[in-house]
Amino acid sequence: MRRRIPPRLTDRLATATLYLVSGAFVVLLLAFVGYFLYKGRSELDFRFLTTAPAFSTAGGGIGPQLFNSVYLVFLSGLISVPLGVAAGIYLAEYAKPGRLTDFLRLSIETLSSLPSIVIGLFGLLVFVTLTGWKFTLMGGALAVTILNLPVIARTSEDAVRSVPASIKEGSLALGATHWQTIARVLVPAAVPGIVTGVILASGRAFGEAATLLYTAGMSSPRLDFTNWNPLSATSPLNPFRPAETLAVYIWKINSEGLVPDARQIADGASAVLILSVLAFNLLARFVSRLLGRRFGGTRT
Amino acid sequence: MPNPMARKTLGRINRTYWKHEGLGRATVTVAGLFLSVLTLLMAGFLAVKGLSTFLVDHRSPLEFLFSTKWSPDADTPAFGALIFIVGSILLSTLALLISTPFSLSTAVFVSEISPDLGRNILQPAIEIFVGIPSVVYGWIGLSVLVPFLRKSFGGLGFSLLAGSLVLALMIFPTIASLSADAFRALPADFREASYALGATRWQTIRKVLLPAAMPGILTGVVLGLARAFGEALAVQMVIGNMIRIPGKLTDATVNLTSIITMDMGNTAMGTPWNDVLWTMALLLLLISFLFIVLARMTGRKRRAVR
Repeated sequence: MRRRIPPRLTDRLATATLYLVSGAFVVLLLAFVGYFLYKGRSELDFRFLTTAPAFSTAGGGIGPQLFNSVYLVFLSGLISVPLGVAAGIYLAEYAKPGRLTDFLRLSIETLSSLPSIVIGLFGLLVFVTLTGWKFTLMGGALAVTILNLPVIARTSEDAVRSVPASIKEGSLALGATHWQTIARVLVPAAVPGIVTGVILASGRAFGEAATLLYTAGMSSPRLDFTNWNPLSATSPLNPFRPAETLAVYIWKINSEGLVPDARQIADGASAVLILSVLAFNLLARFVSRLLGRRFGGTRT
Repeated sequence: MPNPMARKTLGRINRTYWKHEGLGRATVTVAGLFLSVLTLLMAGFLAVKGLSTFLVDHRSPLEFLFSTKWSPDADTPAFGALIFIVGSILLSTLALLISTPFSLSTAVFVSEISPDLGRNILQPAIEIFVGIPSVVYGWIGLSVLVPFLRKSFGGLGFSLLAGSLVLALMIFPTIASLSADAFRALPADFREASYALGATRWQTIRKVLLPAAMPGILTGVVLGLARAFGEALAVQMVIGNMIRIPGKLTDATVNLTSIITMDMGNTAMGTPWNDVLWTMALLLLLISFLFIVLARMTGRKRRAVR
């Protein structure tokens, strides 16, 4: 007869295994971050971050790409934040249960689970071909907007919903209309949650590549960083020029392999992206704590 | 017959209503409905482009779905996409098989074993993993995993296995955090009743909590699968992009997103070759919609259990 393992022992073994797996996960993350910081350490200097890439020689930087990534996130935020927050408010406060709202929720879920390459292709069709703009930073920003809208809408909805009902009822009882209650009471109280959502969505947009390959393009014109006229073709501020971002650049130098130091550049650029992810996460935590104290009273 | 006085008052009330309620309400309603319109627009545009393979180029849908013959630049071109479809299915299924045991363990750890460590260490770690861009995953796969596999198993290193491992890591946070939510949502009575019967913690987890949380876990698994199926660049960088059905784990392979990524830039709009890429994009859209419907169904079951 087989001897049964005593349940107490199984319990111990299972607990140990679970500790091990979870610990391994954290170690993996630390190794991940450590690896890139170590590999990219020689590249992470001011020159690498600010100079233009070289085409067939070693020693190029990532200046324009870094700028493009930041500018693209900014442009996309100008559209996706007001639109997404407004949609979130609608979902939290005005949407009545029914077919239309069901359909809207299904749309948002579908939109947020769409492969980013599919969103990029839609961008190629509409913002590149149909508008006749060709590959532009604006086209990329609009495509990333589609990627971020459902995320921002959902986090804003959650933030507005989590405001205590007593605050809302207090405002309504004082004779404020529903909209006045939303604009002056609910949204201010929901600001920490909304801002956290926006920062995390921006972080995602910052590292996005598949959406941008065929919308913002895989090249960047020679930029003149002293020219701040947004209508000029060489101005970095001109949104209607091709704009390769940092993440796209990592992909491109690996698939083309023209520069001899592609490895070092990819290591350095990856280190920059990982550091930005950390920065976006820390910023989100910090801001939500700070604003939570400012707007939310005792809520975290 | 309303007198002018009453009409004036009514007008004022209307204007006040519009200023303090209607305008804001109308604005956010339009923004909300815009998301639906956007989704419909995307589906519409992709359907028109994607169906032109069948309607304009008169290829057969059966050839597209079930033929392994892919020779887009031959004199009599063939556009069978089965190789890419099989590649996508193999990659995402393997990724799921690798990832689920680890994600579930982490979810159990976070919710049942040590909520403190979970909240302070694992939760932030999971959030950072979600935020890491897919090209960075691809690059670490390319520069660390692929050489490692080449040394350990021979061959190219670019392989089905490499792609599945990278994907497994990428979907880990999705499955782990949704499963942890499912465990946390279980009523405390379940645990207490099980402990009161003398069960150990592990017995409680295995026999009580795991079955009860299953619908929520399945939702996480389906959404992880959706993410794996649609991932493009990280996979494309490590699978070798060889157009054939892989015979073993260490063979190079290709999938839907990779072929779209690579060929979209080299083909002219409106050619049959280009059209078939749009058909693949439409297929990706349909599949991700299918996953959402599936996730909703498992989610509904969860509500029924409670």
